[in-house]
Amino acid sequence: MKLVPRQNVSPLWVFSVYAAAVAGALFLSLVLLALYGVPLGRALAAIYQGALADPRGFAEVLRRTVPLALAGAGLALAFRAQFWNIGAEGQLLIGAVAASGVALFWPLPGGWVLLAMALAAFLAAGLWAVLPALLKATLAVNDVITTLMLNYMAIYLVEWLIHGPWRGKSLFGFAYSEKFPENAWLPLWPGTGLAWPGLLLAVVVAALFAWLLYRTTLGFEARVVGENPEAARYAGVRAAQTLLWIALFSGGAAGLAGFVEVAGHHHRLLAPLQISLGYGYTAIIVAWLGRNNPLAALFTGLLLGFVFAAGDVAKVVLQVPFQLVGAANGLILFALIAAEVLIRYRVQWGWGRA
Amino acid sequence: MEGAEASSLCQGRPPFLSVRNLVKRYPGVVANDHVNLDVCPGEVHALLGENGAGKSTLVSIFYGLVEPDAGEIYVEGRRVRIRSPKEALSLGIGLVPQHFLLVKKHTVAENVVLGLESAPFWRPAAAIAPKIRELGERYGLPVDPEARVWQLSAGEQQRVEILKVLFRNVRLLILDEPTSVLTPQEAEGLFEVMRRMKAEGHAVIFITHKLEEVMRVADRVTVLRRGRVVATLPVAEADKATLARLMVGESLPEVRVEKKRAPGRPFFFVEDLWVRGDRGQFAVKDVSFEIREGEIVGVAGVAGNGQSELIEALTGLRRPARGWIRLDEQDLTKKDARAFFEAGVAHVPEDRTHRGVVGPLSVAENLVLKHYRYPPFSRRGVLVFPAIERFALESVKRYRIQTPTIKTPIRLLSGGNIQKVILARELYGGPRLLVAAHPTYGLDVGAARQVHAHLVAERERGAGVLLVSEDLEEILALSDRILVIFEGRIVAALRPEEASMERLGLLMAGVAA
Repeated sequence: MKLVPRQNVSPLWVFSVYAAAVAGALFLSLVLLALYGVPLGRALAAIYQGALADPRGFAEVLRRTVPLALAGAGLALAFRAQFWNIGAEGQLLIGAVAASGVALFWPLPGGWVLLAMALAAFLAAGLWAVLPALLKATLAVNDVITTLMLNYMAIYLVEWLIHGPWRGKSLFGFAYSEKFPENAWLPLWPGTGLAWPGLLLAVVVAALFAWLLYRTTLGFEARVVGENPEAARYAGVRAAQTLLWIALFSGGAAGLAGFVEVAGHHHRLLAPLQISLGYGYTAIIVAWLGRNNPLAALFTGLLLGFVFAAGDVAKVVLQVPFQLVGAANGLILFALIAAEVLIRYRVQWGWGRA
Repeated sequence: MEGAEASSLCQGRPPFLSVRNLVKRYPGVVANDHVNLDVCPGEVHALLGENGAGKSTLVSIFYGLVEPDAGEIYVEGRRVRIRSPKEALSLGIGLVPQHFLLVKKHTVAENVVLGLESAPFWRPAAAIAPKIRELGERYGLPVDPEARVWQLSAGEQQRVEILKVLFRNVRLLILDEPTSVLTPQEAEGLFEVMRRMKAEGHAVIFITHKLEEVMRVADRVTVLRRGRVVATLPVAEADKATLARLMVGESLPEVRVEKKRAPGRPFFFVEDLWVRGDRGQFAVKDVSFEIREGEIVGVAGVAGNGQSELIEALTGLRRPARGWIRLDEQDLTKKDARAFFEAGVAHVPEDRTHRGVVGPLSVAENLVLKHYRYPPFSRRGVLVFPAIERFALESVKRYRIQTPTIKTPIRLLSGGNIQKVILARELYGGPRLLVAAHPTYGLDVGAARQVHAHLVAERERGAGVLLVSEDLEEILALSDRILVIFEGRIVAALRPEEASMERLGLLMAGVAA
């Protein structure tokens, strides 16, 4: 057996391979559920009912999609410029902190507070990502490590805030901040738990980033630096500057995801694991499956949003233990990543001559 | 060459390795064009040729890394197919690569034993350590088996690579540009190793483009040029000037140019320039010259004599250690590539695919790789695609770039068409100075002619051109003035009437003439 690189990969092929991978993994997950004692048909029906057919259920899918698509679009941008940002999780939390800070301590009239929260989240998270980019540009410090480490700093910052200075006075024994004033809440789609402005924001940001990448000089520079740093130097691209801007946008997008989570769903700052279900890490897969195209992150974000939501349905409706859901999620991710090989390569069977 | 003749070459013994009519084609270029070669046991056989002459491809075929398109390979008279390094090793052929493939954190013994089938399963490294010492003694390759590879100098790492090969009982050792990473003392040590291998009856193929080394250590030399064997001769019958001439030889395209105007006033000044190479040594030493408007200055030299570093310094890609670079009144000495570009210095780079273009980007995007920042191709940070596409279509037409569309990724184009894209880009906007490094290297006749025509057109327009090339015919035909570079110094400045192939060959070889 031999792998031969494919010359041209059509979008249709990419889509078919992903669809086949998800279907295959879903089937394996159902087998897993069947072994646990949930009949195949019932599991399928429950997931279809709960995550696709029911508007409330589908809203849950979209709710998961928003942070994944936002952070994923940002990571797509970063990866294009070879800025290996593994820190979207931390940037998301910093965005949540900044948004919460504005909501809790800066009384602004009407809708202005939401605007200020979004801006603060974008800037704070963006700067949080600029820090490792600066270290990379000036001292060649490995960005994978610094961005990853900053995740832990963000987690502990949130922990400290909710146990310490920002802990709600009216709460007994709980580590939360106070609830935001109501004008700092994003409106929900009637009858669902989806903060629809978040979805709008994700679409706008993904489109904006795609435009940035393909239609602006900064995006051009990012692609040149990412594809061939030597040619970038030759062409007079100042790679350090490019890197810093890309880091700002990349981190900023994850920060907006944090803003949507606290302003749209929690209405307060709470424990890191409650704000983000690992969205920042899953966003790496979102970007990667979308071939680092910010617009594609919307769709791969939706796909993984569905995986998350289907897991919730299984837990609640089918009374399946969360470990089993985790295993099923793992199967699906594993299949998607493995399928990537089939997208890039053709499999040649047999031992014939090369 | 027939078999009978070949065996008389090896003093009655059959050659260890013979190849007949070996052909290897890559898209747009024939890397090996009906190559015939015999390597005798007990000889050091040098393969000489400029970059891209096909030396590396040839030995890659011998080592099973590349399969030839046609031709025959014989090892000790037996016809063989070499499909992998493993097969090459089992036939007794070993390669010491130019860039070492060692596990840096492991010890010397661990590296040597890696993949060695005869090694014991239990503590293999310890088991072979004595043999490493013994072989080291025998061939003059002293190296501590317990040392970690990252602690070793380049010369010592090379010894480990040689030991790795010796451990597999090879009878033909191929050394790919082995001296390029060595100090002169280390190189001397390596020559001694080669002599001992020879004395033991091994054959050695030694790739180089340094004439001096051929004269010192080789028994016979085969000169390759543009994929063909130009000559095979005993070193005793050769001299450096002849070899230099054979190596750079007669170029295929006949260069004929018509120059109408005389050069104008000097505008680009290089003074006392010293530039360091990648390993910290001075690669360019005390170089001064000026370029006039409407003048082509040719720089002739054998590869590796400081040309690359000089070019990088003159285009803002390498900061000089000392000296000045000036364009009119503007000091460019410490400026980056963008400043050089904005001052009007265009650059056709030596490595066109790795530096000159960005492979996955489209032809159109590569055409504005430098101008994208300025109007009309962008306004306030937003690319203006209609302008870019118009420019791309015009360039494709004017430079006869063969491409399916302007949106095709440039990596799918042939070398000649990539070079046309680079020229179209660099000549846009009328540069003051064009620095062209080996601009026709690897191109077919038609494309090479076109490049020459553009260089002369630039000269006629009043631009200065610095033409760095190993192709003497090209240098002689195009230049208004010729500088000869040897070991980082300009050793001669001649007018083309004063220069001849022979004289240039001698100067390039470091022989005063």
